[in-house]
Amino acid sequence: MDTTSATDVAAAFTPRSGPIARIQHALHRYPTLSPATVLLFASVVFAVLGKGRFQRPETIGIILQQTAVLAALAIGQTIIVLTAGVDLAVGTGMLLTHLVVAKLVAERGVNPALALVAGGLVGMLLGAVHGNLVTRIGLPPFIVTLGTFYVFQSLGLVYSKARTISKAELGGENSLLLWTGKKISIGSMRITVGVVMVIVMYVVFTYILSNTAWGSHVYSTGDDREAARLAGINVNRVLVSVYMVAGLLYAIGGWVQLGRSLSASSNAATDVNLETITAVVIGGTSLFGGRGRLSGTLVGALVVTVFRIGLTLASVSPYWQNFAIGSLIIVAVGLDQWIRKVAK
Amino acid sequence: MTITSTSVAADRAPMLSATGLVKRFGRVTALNGSDFELYPGEILAVIGDNGAGKSSLIKCLSGAMVPDDGEMFLDGQRVAFRRPQEARAAGIETVYQTLAVAPALDIATNVFLGRERRRPGPLGTVFRMLDKPGMRRDAKKALDDLGIGTLQDITQAVETLSGGQRQAVAVARAAAFGSKVVILDEPTAALGVKESGQVLQMIRDLRDKGLPIILISHNMPHVFDVADRIHIQRLGRRAAVVDPKSVSMSDAVAIMTGAMTAP
Repeated sequence: MDTTSATDVAAAFTPRSGPIARIQHALHRYPTLSPATVLLFASVVFAVLGKGRFQRPETIGIILQQTAVLAALAIGQTIIVLTAGVDLAVGTGMLLTHLVVAKLVAERGVNPALALVAGGLVGMLLGAVHGNLVTRIGLPPFIVTLGTFYVFQSLGLVYSKARTISKAELGGENSLLLWTGKKISIGSMRITVGVVMVIVMYVVFTYILSNTAWGSHVYSTGDDREAARLAGINVNRVLVSVYMVAGLLYAIGGWVQLGRSLSASSNAATDVNLETITAVVIGGTSLFGGRGRLSGTLVGALVVTVFRIGLTLASVSPYWQNFAIGSLIIVAVGLDQWIRKVAK
Repeated sequence: MTITSTSVAADRAPMLSATGLVKRFGRVTALNGSDFELYPGEILAVIGDNGAGKSSLIKCLSGAMVPDDGEMFLDGQRVAFRRPQEARAAGIETVYQTLAVAPALDIATNVFLGRERRRPGPLGTVFRMLDKPGMRRDAKKALDDLGIGTLQDITQAVETLSGGQRQAVAVARAAAFGSKVVILDEPTAALGVKESGQVLQMIRDLRDKGLPIILISHNMPHVFDVADRIHIQRLGRRAAVVDPKSVSMSDAVAIMTGAMTAP
């Protein structure tokens, strides 16, 4: 009968080899490697093409400032995509919450700190709507958030009457609402408080995703929902919490946006909605869920801005910017498919 | 031919038992007063034709299904599970046919999935930090205990493993937490000949460590290879419990299909 020894089982655990397989394996193991390579490569190319303007500390500061809002919202997007979902309403959700915060201060004279807390609660409420529609009604996240994309946009317009709330109305230069736009100089590089805040958020959420049980549950929910459920994880609770965290990030992203534009408007940051998905995808997170790193998303967000600013500095027509970014998305997803073949 | 009823280990108390389990789905009766006994330190195979109530029986025992009638006892105590988590908390671990492992996560994370351990002190209570080194060490130990501890990397993703190795991870998880009973649902169904052999060996090793095992399988040679006793389910009841050393495979199948009646 059966005489197989335990060492035979162990022997079968030996990994595969070969140079291509090794690259594939490395990319599989460290998903941030490919966007990091793209960022490095793009930076070198733009440094050469930009005639010395790209690699100036001033430019790097501008890149960081311009990436801040996108990067903040992309955190929530990443966590949702890790559960095999998507949030198409990130941008309009952020606009709606930042309008709530701005109007509370400008028209009701609410204390800015309280207004920000209220914004956080509104954001979480929007997220809870997403989470409950996805889990209780069982609608696909794509449809839910496509719907709320329009709903939030419309609510923002109705609520603000499409009026821009000015810097003076927000409490002027020293208002807490505009604190995120306060400049910090490092040599000749100028960043903002908002940039620092976003970096801190990446550190915090990287820790949460990789070092807490909630993080493991987020990954397993996206990776294999049934397996997560059978392992005793309350999958629906994880999903609702994920959308609520993303909602809280609408508010924080909105605060960074207030500091960036020094005003509040229902038609600000129109590109940011889809760009969060772009950042997540270029960052190596799989749209099928369960696979990806937050650090990749940060790099992905930087790649988007570096392409935009780099192409401008290289005197390429701005019409080509989206061509480059679009092509990059397709390459990134193609790469993801290839990396996933490691499992086969 | 010896067809033993429950007399094989009658001198010992069963670890897990059930009497008169009934489960109906509308007009269909899946379990019609089914009895069940699992004794300490044995591998009990459960066989039965499709529709015999085999999987309903197992689902009742593992908490995935609540019986309409009947009683269950674990280690002498009356139990009634309303969900799998309750059975698991009581010490009954189930390895599902689908394996229930998250492919992109590493081995250690999978072993502790849903039961993560936090660091002691403020790191765990305030910062909710997982005890990763501890969990890796114990996951490694769980695999060592199954005799497959020489695998290099406990942090490698489960998807990089073969079917048999994934099964090993799922069994290791069950063995690590199943303090009283481990239920294995078709553990060799998706495996090749060699890997099946390895998994069967793992099941024997587990039994030899004293953990009683319920093995559900369609594969008669595998059942006769490892089982100490065979529970034959037919028409929603236990038709017989036979000793594989004294009953032929064809007789077991005959009882299962009703071609032969158990005396």
